[in-house]
Amino acid sequence: MPKTDVFGIIGPIMIGPSSSHTAGAARIGRMTRAICPGRPRSARITLHGSFAETGRGHGTHLALVAGLLGLQPGDDRLRQSLDLARKDGLEITIGHSDLGNVHPNTARLDVIGEDGCRTTVTGSSLGGGNVVITNIDGFEVEIYGNYHTLVISHADEPGMLSRITSHLADAGVNIANMRTSRKARGQTAMTVIETDHIITPDLLEAVRALPNVESVLAVPPVR
Amino acid sequence: MQDFNTVRELVEIAEFNGKTLSEVILEYQMGTYGETRDVLVQRMRDNLEVMRESVERGLNQEEQSRSGLVGGNARKVRAALEGGTLTRGGRLVSGGPFLRAAMRAMAVNEVNACMGRIVAAPTAGGSGTLPGVLLTVAEEVGADDDDLVMALFTAGAIGMIIMENASISGAAGGCQAETGSAAAMAAAAGVQLAGGTPRQSAHAAAIVLKNMLGLVCDPVAGLVEIPCVKRNAAATAQALLAIDLALAGIESVIPLDEVIVAMGQIGRSMHESLRETAQGGLAATPTARAIEKRLAMEMPNPDGF
Repeated sequence: MPKTDVFGIIGPIMIGPSSSHTAGAARIGRMTRAICPGRPRSARITLHGSFAETGRGHGTHLALVAGLLGLQPGDDRLRQSLDLARKDGLEITIGHSDLGNVHPNTARLDVIGEDGCRTTVTGSSLGGGNVVITNIDGFEVEIYGNYHTLVISHADEPGMLSRITSHLADAGVNIANMRTSRKARGQTAMTVIETDHIITPDLLEAVRALPNVESVLAVPPVR
Repeated sequence: MQDFNTVRELVEIAEFNGKTLSEVILEYQMGTYGETRDVLVQRMRDNLEVMRESVERGLNQEEQSRSGLVGGNARKVRAALEGGTLTRGGRLVSGGPFLRAAMRAMAVNEVNACMGRIVAAPTAGGSGTLPGVLLTVAEEVGADDDDLVMALFTAGAIGMIIMENASISGAAGGCQAETGSAAAMAAAAGVQLAGGTPRQSAHAAAIVLKNMLGLVCDPVAGLVEIPCVKRNAAATAQALLAIDLALAGIESVIPLDEVIVAMGQIGRSMHESLRETAQGGLAATPTARAIEKRLAMEMPNPDGF
């Protein structure tokens, strides 16, 4: 799958100073908010590598929080995001840690949402404001946020993918990219499907109602 | 819509169909993401608008970056251009377009350093080069905003191929990957703006990228300030020169695709201290270390990390 589109090169419109450490960080925050929809109530941010080393001078922490608040990378309020979070009742903790063999510009966000959603999202900033979400709740994924994306955790058993994809086919939804990963054989697997078409609530419900599907999430393109 | 992974394919598609490079990328983008031409063109027009605003702001602002290291150089150039009495002959040495492009590039990078709004192109560190070159070329050849928007699509196409086959990140490939890519994108787009062919665009980009190979990313105190602002000024000069060489019919013997791969290889073999870690190069000079020490004392850490 292509790493970017033309507006990932000419763009984003952003508050400086760094496309990887500021705009990319804001996008990781926004994508995390899309994965755990609604207003986040608390977020524990862990910075790794260059994010930890030079993040403060680049406002990486401000940008991640701005993204969690739903702000675009070009929003002037990015600079005051910590104040905004305080007013919004979003509790922020920032720390740094070695997250292992990951891209130097990586952050992990442990988020609790207002609907009780709890998730751990790891994302890396690839340059020019382009990012990839590499891990959700311990499952390896690869989400660039340019497509309508379906994230499904389900039992690791034969026939799951065909049941899921037949619902997509019935709804006329075309698959652009797809990836399945699992922690161990026969346990839980996670499938990420990037599609050319909007994932309607009906389709989401149909997939959710399938036997042995644990959770389903539709992530819209993050623009 | 036709797919492309290399500049060669991109140019061949354009030549075969008698289209500009921007038309090819526009159709690719429409096909891949199912968006209309009007939506895409308007999005690019918004980018152009913000580029222009950032140039204007940089030329007028008296603000300095939080570190106090950057700000006001674009204004100095404008004063020199308007004054015109700095030398014996009453003229500056490098001439109008070269200096105007450099001035605009520095304006954008100064705004970026002050946490102002800019368009990453392809990155924030390299954000001054493209507006610096394109606004100046447009002024020289009398191109309008519609032409500029199309030129930005061409710049984007070159950047996409560089990102796919090498890198646009200073952390991964050094400054050559950021301002080098920006200058290559600007050269290709500038040729189109000036009325050159797709092939000439590719040659201009190859010439400029060749001349910027090996450039390391060694920001003082890890900030996107020194030497980034002046590197963008220099990158505009590289791009303007390459545009004119290509328009004069000069070709790059090494094709752009191979230059891009070489750039990626050089980036990977670059020592880590020279890839945006602020450990080597200019960042390790006594003056840089002294600045770093001063900033650590002056800039407290209220956010707790």
